[in-house]
Amino acid sequence: MLTNEEVAQTIIQQFGQSVSDFDDPYDLLTFTADRDQLVPLITYLREHKTLQITFLTDVTAIHYPDTPGKEFCVVYHLHSLVNNFRLRIKVYLSDGNVHVPTITPLYAGANWMERETFDLFGIIFDGHPDLRRILNMEEMDYHPMLKQYPLEDATREDKIDALFGR
Amino acid sequence: MVSEELDIANKNVPARNDDTGVQYVNELTTLNLGPTHPATHGIFQNILQMDGEKIVSSEQTIGYIHRAFEKISERRPFYQITTLTDRMNYCSSPINNMGWHMTVEKLLGIDIPKRAQYIRVIMMELARIADHIICNGILGVDTGAFTGFLYIYQEREFIYEIYEEMCGARLTTNMGRIGGMERDLSPTAIRKIKEFLARFPKVLREFENLFNRNRIFMDRVVNVGGISAERALNYGFTGPNLRAAGVDYDVRVMNPYSSYQDFEFDIPVGQSGDTYDRFMVRNEEMWQSMRIIQQAMDNLPEGSYYADAPQYYLPPKQEVYKNMEALIYHFKIVMGEIDAPVGEVYHAVEGGNGELGFYLISDGGRAPYRLHFRRPCFIYYQAYPEMCKGLTLSDAIVIMSSMNVIAGELDA
Repeated sequence: MLTNEEVAQTIIQQFGQSVSDFDDPYDLLTFTADRDQLVPLITYLREHKTLQITFLTDVTAIHYPDTPGKEFCVVYHLHSLVNNFRLRIKVYLSDGNVHVPTITPLYAGANWMERETFDLFGIIFDGHPDLRRILNMEEMDYHPMLKQYPLEDATREDKIDALFGR
Repeated sequence: MVSEELDIANKNVPARNDDTGVQYVNELTTLNLGPTHPATHGIFQNILQMDGEKIVSSEQTIGYIHRAFEKISERRPFYQITTLTDRMNYCSSPINNMGWHMTVEKLLGIDIPKRAQYIRVIMMELARIADHIICNGILGVDTGAFTGFLYIYQEREFIYEIYEEMCGARLTTNMGRIGGMERDLSPTAIRKIKEFLARFPKVLREFENLFNRNRIFMDRVVNVGGISAERALNYGFTGPNLRAAGVDYDVRVMNPYSSYQDFEFDIPVGQSGDTYDRFMVRNEEMWQSMRIIQQAMDNLPEGSYYADAPQYYLPPKQEVYKNMEALIYHFKIVMGEIDAPVGEVYHAVEGGNGELGFYLISDGGRAPYRLHFRRPCFIYYQAYPEMCKGLTLSDAIVIMSSMNVIAGELDA
C-alpha cells in the first residue's frame, strides 16, 4: 500500500517547485499545484505505473475573499482504485485571473463538475467544450456561492444575529 | 442537416440519392422528454434529436429543483444540515444523514460505540434495500410490468414502518445524531426487522422469478445502454452502475466506515454494463444487504447507543426535562455553539447510487465555511447521451430508469 510520504516524494521529484504545501489532514494527502502544471500533473498521476491514480472523484472550489492573491481555490479529489489511495490537489487563483485549464480531455466526468464550479464560483476552465451554467438559469449575472452574497437579506433589521445566539 | 453524428446513427440505413444525385436523410425531430414526464421520475429535461425512431443526440437540462444546499449550509449549524442531506437522495435518506454525521464525527474526532455503529449499518442497509426496490420496481413499470412494482413496494412500506419506529418519520428521517443514534433499537423495532428478514426473501424471490428470465423484459433491457468499464470509470461512475460494468469498487469494502469490515458480504459485478446487468446487480445487492443486516442483528453488541461526547451529542428529550446539564448542552447545541476544530474533511459513504461524498471545510465557526456534496447521480447522468445514442425512445426510458436518476440528488 502506498503511504502519503512515498507519493509526496514521487510527485516532488517530478514537479519540483511547482508543487508545495504538502499536508495530510485526516490522512488525506493534500498539496498545492501551480495552475500551468495542473494538466501535466494529473496526466502524470494517471499514467504512472505504480501510482495509477485513475479516478476523478470530484472537482469543486472555495472562495476566500480575505486572502489577497489567493481568493479562489479549485480543489480536485483523485482516487487510485488499484492502490486504494486518495489525493487532494489545490490550485489557488487570484481574483483578477480566475482561469484554470480544463481536465475534460482526461476525464469525461469533469465536464459537469467544472460547469458546476463555473456556475457557482465563476471559475473559467480554459478549453472546456461547453462552459455554461448548469444549475442556475442562463440569465443570472452573478455567481451565487461567492462570499459577498450573504444568504439572508443583509438589510433586514428584524433578524439581529445577537438575538439568535450567533 | 447532414452531420457526422447522423451518419454514425444511421450506419445501418444507407443514405438515399434523389434524381439530382444530392444525398439527403430524414429531417430531425426535436423531442422534449420532460421536465415533467411520468417516465423521468423527477424534474429534468432531455432534449432528444430523433431521426425517425432513432436518437441522434440528446442534451440534458437540469437544475429545476436546485435548492442551493451548499449555500444554505454556510449559515446552518451542523445539526440543521442533516435535514438538507435527507432531501438529496430521498429514496434512501438514512444513508445521506449518517454519511453527514460521520463526516462531522471525523472532523470532531468522536469515536462511536460498536452498538451505535451496528444500528447504523442495519439502518443504512435497510435504506439501500428501499432504494433498490424503487429503482428496480420502477424499471419494471417502465417496461410495462406494473405487478412486480406493486408487489415489492409493500416491502418498502414495511421498511418505512421500521424507520417510523426508529425516529417517528418515514421519508425525511432524522434518526441519527452526531455521536450515535437518537434512540436505541426498541423491542418493536427488533421484532419488525426480524419479521422483515423473514418475509422479504420470499417476495424478492418472486420478484426475480417475474423478471429475471422474462422474455418480454429481457428483450427490452439486454444489450440496451451498455457502457464499458473504461468509459464508466472515465465518467466517474460509482455504485451499482459501475459494478454492472464489471468493476468491483465499493466504498464499504475499500474504505470501511461504521464497522463494515466486521461483516461478510460479496460485491456483485456485471459484465457488459447494460440495463439488464444494472438490474441484476441491484437485485443481488438486496440479497447481500440482507446478509449484512442478519449478521448485524445476530452480533448486535451490548452497550451504549451513543458516544460519551455530551458537548456534541444532542441529549435525549426526557433528560432535557429533568437534568440541568442536559438542558445546558441541548441549548448550546441547538443554538449552534458547538466547538468545531479548524480542518477539512472528505468522507465518502456508499449511497444507494454510489459514492456519496461530503467535503467539509471548517474555520472553527458555528457553520461550515464550505460544504460540497459529491452526488453520484450528478456525475453519472452526464453519460446519458452517450448511452442512449443510436437507440430508440423506449430504450432511452429504461436506461434512465435503470441508472436511478434522482432529481433531488442531481440538483442538490
